[in-house]
Amino acid sequence: MARKRLDLTFPPRQSLKPVIYHLVKDYDLVPNILRAQIHPAQEGRMVLEVTGSKEAFQAGVAFLEGQGLTVNEAASDIVLDEDRCVDCGLCTAVCKPDALTLDPVTQRLTFDKDKCVYCEACVIACPRRAITLTF
Amino acid sequence: MAKSWEEINARIASGDAVVLTAEEFGALAAEDGVKAAAKRVDVVTTGTFGPMCSSGVVLNFGHSDPPIRMTEITLNDVPAYGGLAAVDTYLGVTETSTVRGIEYGGAHVIEDLLRGRAVRLKASSPGTDCYPRTEIDTWVTLDDLNQAYFFNPRNAYQNYAVAVNTTDRVLHTYLGTLLPRLGNATYCSAGALSPLLNDPTYRTIGIGSRIFVAGAPGYVAWEGTQHNPHTDRDEHGVPVRPAGTLAVIADLKAASPEYFSAASFTGYGVSSFVGIGVPIPVLDEDIAATLALTDADLTATIYDYGVQRRSRPSFGTVSYAGLRSGCIEVDGKRVPTGPVSSLPKARAIAAELKRWIAEERFMLAPPVQQLPQPGAPGTKPLDIRTGEAI
Ligand code: SF4
Ligand code: SF4
Repeated sequence: MARKRLDLTFPPRQSLKPVIYHLVKDYDLVPNILRAQIHPAQEGRMVLEVTGSKEAFQAGVAFLEGQGLTVNEAASDIVLDEDRCVDCGLCTAVCKPDALTLDPVTQRLTFDKDKCVYCEACVIACPRRAITLTF
Repeated sequence: MAKSWEEINARIASGDAVVLTAEEFGALAAEDGVKAAAKRVDVVTTGTFGPMCSSGVVLNFGHSDPPIRMTEITLNDVPAYGGLAAVDTYLGVTETSTVRGIEYGGAHVIEDLLRGRAVRLKASSPGTDCYPRTEIDTWVTLDDLNQAYFFNPRNAYQNYAVAVNTTDRVLHTYLGTLLPRLGNATYCSAGALSPLLNDPTYRTIGIGSRIFVAGAPGYVAWEGTQHNPHTDRDEHGVPVRPAGTLAVIADLKAASPEYFSAASFTGYGVSSFVGIGVPIPVLDEDIAATLALTDADLTATIYDYGVQRRSRPSFGTVSYAGLRSGCIEVDGKRVPTGPVSSLPKARAIAAELKRWIAEERFMLAPPVQQLPQPGAPGTKPLDIRTGEAI
């Protein structure tokens, strides 16, 4: 089993529901939508976390590309600029999955990226603009 | 065993002074008792690094040829005050860019100056006989300025509120993003390291005190705005809600971007994190007793920021140790907490001030004049009146 993050770009008016449905039904993949930016008239963007076997994963990606989607593997990322960070902890107060926490002893910020769900709450909350989402 | 300011300064001068940070002093007192700690230690250093909106700098640009009496002034498109002498200005940290809004403001200009970057100065004027120039557009660095000094009308708040939100919507405040239905709680104090919590009745901190301001040696210039010593206090005499404040002054040219950081609070505006540190002489056991207090002893009051009024309803008090644990209980609910004030920075400031005293022989100055003491009248509200009513 593998878990990979996919960054999908899809053309305007592309309906995503059937695409996601086929990933589950035909390719036995478990997709988890981390982030979606969908405006019906514009190009859309979606970050998916997909769990499944290696073969299923490859077949699934080929299927997505066949549907006219552009697929990038783990292209988007939450990036913490430690030089800008002042350890104020404001991001920790909005990070529900506890990806951002303060070390109990040093009270310095720690970032456990595996727990991040790309909700971007911290990006808005950080007064130092030390956290960015890069596509 | 009382020690005088002169004795302590003599020990600093000879390099014999024993200096500890407030955290170290608390640990020592817990182990050896307050009496022994008071005897052994001469100076305790404090530190805090939180957003302090009432901050800013006085700048003098020097005269151009022909000269201008600057009336409309911007620095990197951030307006600065034009109501002083020809080439003097005051730039407040919360002023926002006319182009970039709250993403860049007075605080960012100051941080850029501290980082040695050139800043674009534009000014205009109606032109007068002695100041004929009507416009100027140039670049300045911190080195180019004749004078550049902080004058911060309100820093180092003695204690602060714990903010929660009982409404159904996200609130963007100067205490950060408050999640709906008690989704989180934010607070803003260095707790046991906080300058004014260590000298709750302003015995040693007063006008003329030598202090650390954003990495530069500076002074307490006056009581801070909204200084309100007459508030609820605990059994140690320490305020349980926002109380005293300091107005401070220091040379911007001697300051460091390590201890001054511009901030943009989404939905609120621009502010700056300012590092303030105050040395407190261990004059006697009374002062040692408050210096020895730890986060477990100090408390703050929880307020509902969902109520957008001057007086917000309270949910009682909580200790700083509880707040630092990352989770507190409010109204029977477990609520995750986030600080706003940076403890690692506060620790660095207290440690740096300790180094100044121990290694660079930074002398202490007794107050030239005391700050308004507890029992004095509190802060007056602003009533909304019409001209006819006056
Ligand atoms: S994007 Fe969301 S989950 Fe990830 S670190 Fe930021 S707040 Fe936490
Ligand atoms: S909110 Fe920004 S500055 Fe504060 S701890 Fe998080 S990343 Fe660092």
